[in-house]
Amino acid sequence: MKFANGLKDGISIALGYISVAFAYAITAVSAGFPAWFPILVSLTNFTGTGQFAGTNLIAAGAGLLELFTTMLIINIRYTLMSVSLSQKMGAGFPLWQRAILSFGVTDENYAVAMASPKKLTFPYLMGLMSCSFAGWVGGTALGAVLGDILPASLLSALGIALFAMFVAIIIPASRDDGKVLLLVALSTAASCLFYFTPVLNRLSDGWVIIICSVVCTAVVAFLFPRKESGEETTPAENAAAQEKEEDK
Amino acid sequence: MTLKSMLIGCLVMFAVTYITKAAGLLLVRKKITNKYVQSFLYYIPYSVLAVMVFPGILFSTASLWSGIAGTAVALVLSYFKRGLLVVSVSSIAAVFVAEQLIQLFA
Repeated sequence: MKFANGLKDGISIALGYISVAFAYAITAVSAGFPAWFPILVSLTNFTGTGQFAGTNLIAAGAGLLELFTTMLIINIRYTLMSVSLSQKMGAGFPLWQRAILSFGVTDENYAVAMASPKKLTFPYLMGLMSCSFAGWVGGTALGAVLGDILPASLLSALGIALFAMFVAIIIPASRDDGKVLLLVALSTAASCLFYFTPVLNRLSDGWVIIICSVVCTAVVAFLFPRKESGEETTPAENAAAQEKEEDK
Repeated sequence: MTLKSMLIGCLVMFAVTYITKAAGLLLVRKKITNKYVQSFLYYIPYSVLAVMVFPGILFSTASLWSGIAGTAVALVLSYFKRGLLVVSVSSIAAVFVAEQLIQLFA
């Protein structure tokens, strides 16, 4: 798994990021920030929802404690992802590599890394993360500098890019494994409950993701624990392997 | 917004984001052997993604109808195991076409 493999897998993420980062930069500049500010935030943070929320709070003159707490609630899911990614990576990564890779843990990089059929390597992850990071920072810079040159219709269509990519990860896995299908169905139901029910829908996205995913996954993991790991290829790996074949 | 509030704000955002991302990778380096914890960590990405996608995907575009069109295309193509890029680009195209049609007939 070379750097180039990572770059290639990062392209679809980068495409999605360009539109999201573009939208972020436009929001920040229209809130009164100078063009360099959203670019600096994208360079140092590399997180979608957190940047939107944090930048809005700074614009509103919120206190540092409020900023800190909101960022923590929105981002705590990364800790969950980073524990799970750490398990997939295994022991072969020295501390300095982990310190660098930590910066690149995002929902999308995590999802693609976990779905990878082969053993993860440092060059592969660096390729994946630097490709998507380039899209993230590039999209921010474009949005900050060019503003509203893209037609609204194209921006709206690009809004679905990252969601569609997630669909392409969970649906093939659900098709191959009934337990994953059950988990996806449970999680979707829980998410809709929080989205559409009054009072519950006031909860922030970060909390909804943590509560729904931890509860649903705990139920499924308790009812259907997997046998020894490594015996069988996982559904995600099958899907990714199939995708690789189709690419050839 | 002063320069100071922007720089300190950005620093706080960076610190919180990096710490939440690094905690698992730096602190949990040993292989977890408990089968329930292992299963939990195996399953959780699918759950996180499902929660993030549904129902948000339906409202991610300018109109609910174009959101439904894009979602349908993404669901069908990924059921037949098309790659990430194919699903993503087709879904974007479906939304774009749907919104042009809506404008045409509205």
